[in-house]
Amino acid sequence: MKSAAKKIYIALIVLFLYAPIGTLMVLSFNESKTRAKWGGFTFKWYVSLFQNEEILRALFNTLLIALFSSLAATVIGTVACIAMMAMKHRTKSVIMGITNIPMLNADIVTGISLMLLYISLGIKFGFGTILLSHITFNIPYVILSVMPRMRQLNHSTYEAALDLGASPLNAFFKVMFPDLLPGILSGFLMAFTMSLDDFIITHFTKGVGVDTLSTKIYTEIKKGIKPEMYALSALIFMTVLLLLVLINLTPDKQEKDRNKKEKS
Amino acid sequence: MTSKSKWLSAPYLLWAVVFIIIPLGMIFYYGLTDKTGAFTLDNIIAITTAGHAKALRVSLLLSLISTLVCFLLAYPLAMLLAQMNTRRHNFIILVFILPMWMNFLLRTLAWQTLLEKNGVINHVLSFFHLPALKIINTPAAIVLGMVYNFLPFMILPLYNALSKIDKNVINAAYDLGAGYVYTFIRIILPLSVPGIISGITMVFIPALTTFVISSLLGGGKLLLIGDVIEQEFTRTSNWHLGSGLSMVLMIFIVINMILSAIFDKDGEGSML
Amino acid sequence: MNKELIQLIDISKSFDGQMVLDELNLSIHENEFVTLLGPSGCGKTTTLRILGGFANPDKGHVIFDGQDITNIPPNKRLLNTVFQKYALFTHMTIAENIAFGLKIKKKSKSYIDDKIRYALKLVNLEGYGNRMPDSLSGGQQQRIAIARAIVNEPKVLLLDEPLGALDLKLRQEMQYELIRMKNELGITFVYVTHDQEEALTMSDTIVVMNQGYIQQIGSPESIYNEPENAFVADFIGDSNIIPATMIEDKLVSILGTRFACVDTGFGRNKPVDVVIRPEDVILVEPSEGIIQGIVTHLIFKGVHYEMEVQACGFEWLVHSTTLFPVGKEVGIKVDPFNIQIMNKPESEDEEAVAIDI
Repeated sequence: MKSAAKKIYIALIVLFLYAPIGTLMVLSFNESKTRAKWGGFTFKWYVSLFQNEEILRALFNTLLIALFSSLAATVIGTVACIAMMAMKHRTKSVIMGITNIPMLNADIVTGISLMLLYISLGIKFGFGTILLSHITFNIPYVILSVMPRMRQLNHSTYEAALDLGASPLNAFFKVMFPDLLPGILSGFLMAFTMSLDDFIITHFTKGVGVDTLSTKIYTEIKKGIKPEMYALSALIFMTVLLLLVLINLTPDKQEKDRNKKEKS
Repeated sequence: MTSKSKWLSAPYLLWAVVFIIIPLGMIFYYGLTDKTGAFTLDNIIAITTAGHAKALRVSLLLSLISTLVCFLLAYPLAMLLAQMNTRRHNFIILVFILPMWMNFLLRTLAWQTLLEKNGVINHVLSFFHLPALKIINTPAAIVLGMVYNFLPFMILPLYNALSKIDKNVINAAYDLGAGYVYTFIRIILPLSVPGIISGITMVFIPALTTFVISSLLGGGKLLLIGDVIEQEFTRTSNWHLGSGLSMVLMIFIVINMILSAIFDKDGEGSML
Repeated sequence: MNKELIQLIDISKSFDGQMVLDELNLSIHENEFVTLLGPSGCGKTTTLRILGGFANPDKGHVIFDGQDITNIPPNKRLLNTVFQKYALFTHMTIAENIAFGLKIKKKSKSYIDDKIRYALKLVNLEGYGNRMPDSLSGGQQQRIAIARAIVNEPKVLLLDEPLGALDLKLRQEMQYELIRMKNELGITFVYVTHDQEEALTMSDTIVVMNQGYIQQIGSPESIYNEPENAFVADFIGDSNIIPATMIEDKLVSILGTRFACVDTGFGRNKPVDVVIRPEDVILVEPSEGIIQGIVTHLIFKGVHYEMEVQACGFEWLVHSTTLFPVGKEVGIKVDPFNIQIMNKPESEDEEAVAIDI
């Protein structure tokens, strides 16, 4: 009985989080153009989506920015983590403090501060400014997810590799990198997700004529959202869901090993 | 590790200075000058004018309520999740991050559809002969939007902090004669403080400074401090005033940073 | 023997369909130091958790001082536990940790202060009351965990691998400390470990467990000298376990050679296993031995030499203070009372029990 109540509570919160997503999915099949009423089932928005160049360009921009910014953030962040391991505790905590600023700061403040920076540097607003901004707020996610892995790392293995004749670079990629990989991957995924979902910072750092999905939707809200948007979001969401299910169905070997250890 | 590898931090440090430190400096510069470039405190004092002060008051009230609601919803949930098998750890985190893959504006917009007078929720309610929910275009809807959008940022740090508590520490309290409530108040709650502080920070600041949720769900009737600042930058183009008001916001951000520096030294309350 | 304090009756427990304990029966007496000993996964920790009330048995009863406490929650039991890795409350001072149970019992301030002082003295950590647990070493934290438990004056102290996280030297010191504390307190200790040396040093009674079954219960001496089966013999110390045939009472054929022994009642021409401890194998000149062999390995171990002797197709492990160099031909002799005869495992079930560490 008690455990049933627990399950219901978890289910209700999950329902709360996923109800709007379900709503959007249903709307993407709605024949009627208004959200308020159900006009019958249709696939037409999915068809017209692929003819809507504006939306497709915004999608392309969004994905490109998410990919490039999270890749750049992953490289810069991971390298910074390696460097920090060699530092004194004081210096390290100063850097971690700076790293925390974009995390704890309000998006609107980060957005306008970057906007003011680009203006005073005379950088033209556009794809580039969005990308730079996204890299900036993505780096902390990478650092915060790689750093704990870094602390768990057994440094003797790196030294052992050097001792056995590996070059430092070789030792890093052969010995440390595999251990860091889960942290790097989850940092990358987190960064990618945050970039994809960002509206506020993009809003302040984008130029005229360049849109990501977020800013495109924002302008559309005022004029009325095109149902193609629902179709597109539903597609993106389902793709991610499918990918995650696939990944989870083939649990990696490491996971299995860990489970074994837990049992014994 | 050689001391040479310290230099590997150079790219990030450079990046942090150019894109984090200097931009914040720009806000201070604009906030403390007028259009001629002369020093002034007017942009900050502007917060005391009736309209701005009201926007700040409303923002503070709504974001405090949202933070409290998030906390009350998330804490029991995080405790239940922490009791689950650790092998599900990654899956649990994913469940709460996954909604972010649907655009934040669209998700918030979907609440319009759900909450409308003839919306989905009211259809369900009337089916069960329950009174209709009339909260769309009210402050309550804004709170709902804030809770909805920021709840995962409360759940994840709490879950992380609670699942790090050694089960034997809780068992030890029972073993020494403590009942459930006593164990919760004296052991579980204090040990989860890093997660609580981190969760509060992660919800309160975005809620305080948001500028879209109010116009989407509040019907544009209530102006939040975020809306005011956004308009100064995008419509009236008074960057000096906008920067000055942002500096007022930064007071709350700094308070939060200090709190998390004190209570969450080891980053135990982090999201992942 | 003192009176019985705890009885475990027909306790069974399984996790995820896997049997961890199978109809376990065990009695623990007042003022006894009982050690549950076995490899990981043998069910010893589960047994302790059932005693402490942190796990419920699927079947069976826990009787404490004549009362059935099977369904009593841990906070209502007159037992206290010292947990693996100590489980100290890291957000409280040492004094607050120790006072935790007493405050719940609403004891007076002066009583609590006295108790804290007494407990810190008992564990040799006077003056540590205002420190935080994190500032203490592993061994010190361990002692605080004990202090926190014993101020509640439990009738039984349950200890779950309490020395597992300490280094060898500290572990040995703590063994003596624990024995001293137990004598001072005069209460029952139930101790879980996988370390046979710890068990032999401290216990009044050792319960050897494997795969959910009790293999043997007895004093350290009887467990070491008279192991009842190959698992116990192999798990406790080094030993030579050799297949043999019991020819008649007091005569056993080992590797085709007849040896005198002292055991009776195994029947005639019955296949058995014999256990001979390495220190009981006596090396002599070839002519004086019962059988002859060649030394194949030699290691200096400090107190003795460890040698391997190839004889009659078996590799004998030998501990001796006299050195016999590799390649030397030697004779082997064993005193009759040092040959321990064990029944061969009969069922497949028992077979599974053997030698899997």
